[in-house]
Amino acid sequence: MMTIEEFGRRLRAREVTSVGVTEECLRRIEADNPRLNAFIRVTADDALRQARQADQELASGTDRGPLHGVPLSIKDLLDMRGLPTTAASRVREGHVAERDAPTIAHLRQAGAVFVGKTNLHEFAFGTTNEESAFGPALNPHDPTRSPGGSSGGSAASVAAGMALATVGTDTGGSIRIPSAACGIVGLKPTIGEVSIDGVVPLSRTFDHVGPLAQTVTDASLVYHALLGDIAGRPPVPAPVHGLRLAVPRPYFCDVLDDEVRARFEEALERLRTAGVRIDDIEIKHANEIVPVYMHISMADAAAYHAATIETMPERYTKPVRMRLEMARYVLAEDYVRALAGRERLTREVDAAMAQHDALILPSMPIPAPPLGAATVPIGSTQEPVRYLMLKLTQPFNVTGHPAIAMPSGLTHNGLPCSVQLVGQRPQTDALIRVALACERFITPEQVSAS
Amino acid sequence: MTIATWLQTAIADAEKRGLPDLKPLLEALARSTQALRAADFNDDASGKR
Repeated sequence: MMTIEEFGRRLRAREVTSVGVTEECLRRIEADNPRLNAFIRVTADDALRQARQADQELASGTDRGPLHGVPLSIKDLLDMRGLPTTAASRVREGHVAERDAPTIAHLRQAGAVFVGKTNLHEFAFGTTNEESAFGPALNPHDPTRSPGGSSGGSAASVAAGMALATVGTDTGGSIRIPSAACGIVGLKPTIGEVSIDGVVPLSRTFDHVGPLAQTVTDASLVYHALLGDIAGRPPVPAPVHGLRLAVPRPYFCDVLDDEVRARFEEALERLRTAGVRIDDIEIKHANEIVPVYMHISMADAAAYHAATIETMPERYTKPVRMRLEMARYVLAEDYVRALAGRERLTREVDAAMAQHDALILPSMPIPAPPLGAATVPIGSTQEPVRYLMLKLTQPFNVTGHPAIAMPSGLTHNGLPCSVQLVGQRPQTDALIRVALACERFITPEQVSAS
Repeated sequence: MTIATWLQTAIADAEKRGLPDLKPLLEALARSTQALRAADFNDDASGKR
């Protein structure tokens, strides 16, 4: 499927129309959604109406900007007026959103076309998209595997050409993990930058809203629209020669699938050859990231779900219910310890980046795991899937730094691998400049399932 | 509350509520809490940490 950038160029050259490209997305949804289960709700009639309006506006001289007439999908965790926000849970049965989330309102103002709402891990509380009231979403690269989560349906919709880009949420990696698993770009902005109002929360401390797209440029265009900057253009790429990147090897590179490691090291070598300086660094308290994340996110989730877990526990999928029940036992004193740990880790990541433009590390230690797998082999040991999938992304939900996942090639059996760049906070645009500069060295070929 | 006491109480409470499947999750949370409390960024009232 064409990128947003290409669509915009061809739309304004009158080579394509919004209606035509929207119809193509809807055809792909009709053909492939029964197989991939990426969408919970398809809004074909509304999408075609919005697309017709976009074409008419452009014909009469009104150009809303880079997202004018662009077909997007939306994670079914964000409120869109008049539609249910299911959060992929039976707990939400009967809900209808009275108004748009501010991010959705910004996208409407930007002229976006909404083709539907996408599947996710129930209440965004998981990394595989397997636990959903609507059944699992599947990976377009290999339908026996997870598309990642929790924004798994969103990532699958873009990787399969059902939308040009999508909007997801990221509490421990839920934008970057499915982007990595499906071979697309996922941007988690700096914490607090993009509104999380009108979004069903998982952890209000760590929740972020951001784009999943085919390229860094496209991710930047959607990110700016989410902020309300509907005419925003991508920043100018940073000069590649002289860029300074840091690899946090201890903890972050200790346990990696062999092919993920190989694609990562190959990307580093291409960057070095292009004149990028790459240093190894250490985040001292990296080993405390998991307990810090766990005690804060679990306490947040427990507070939000306390009433419904009492009154309608049977409406949750069992694994999500069990994790929420467990979350209710976190002690206040440990929550406070975790807050202290969060402060320490944030300062350590700030310090690690003081002399560098970005950190660079894999996005996920493994390719997309098989559906139903609780563990996967790495070398001679079995490692828990949930721990692995979160391990390299959740640190930057804890610290709030902006991070972007970018495809870095394929395994021998065609599964995407991904590299993550992490920027200084609150400089998301500076990270995008670095990502634009590095993209052709990190992503050596088109990684497309569509 | 020590972690051992907390875990014992939590497992008993879960069983009383008909949630015996919660035991392995609570044990995992206990290991995580142990790691959190052992971290050197914690301080205490003695002023020695």
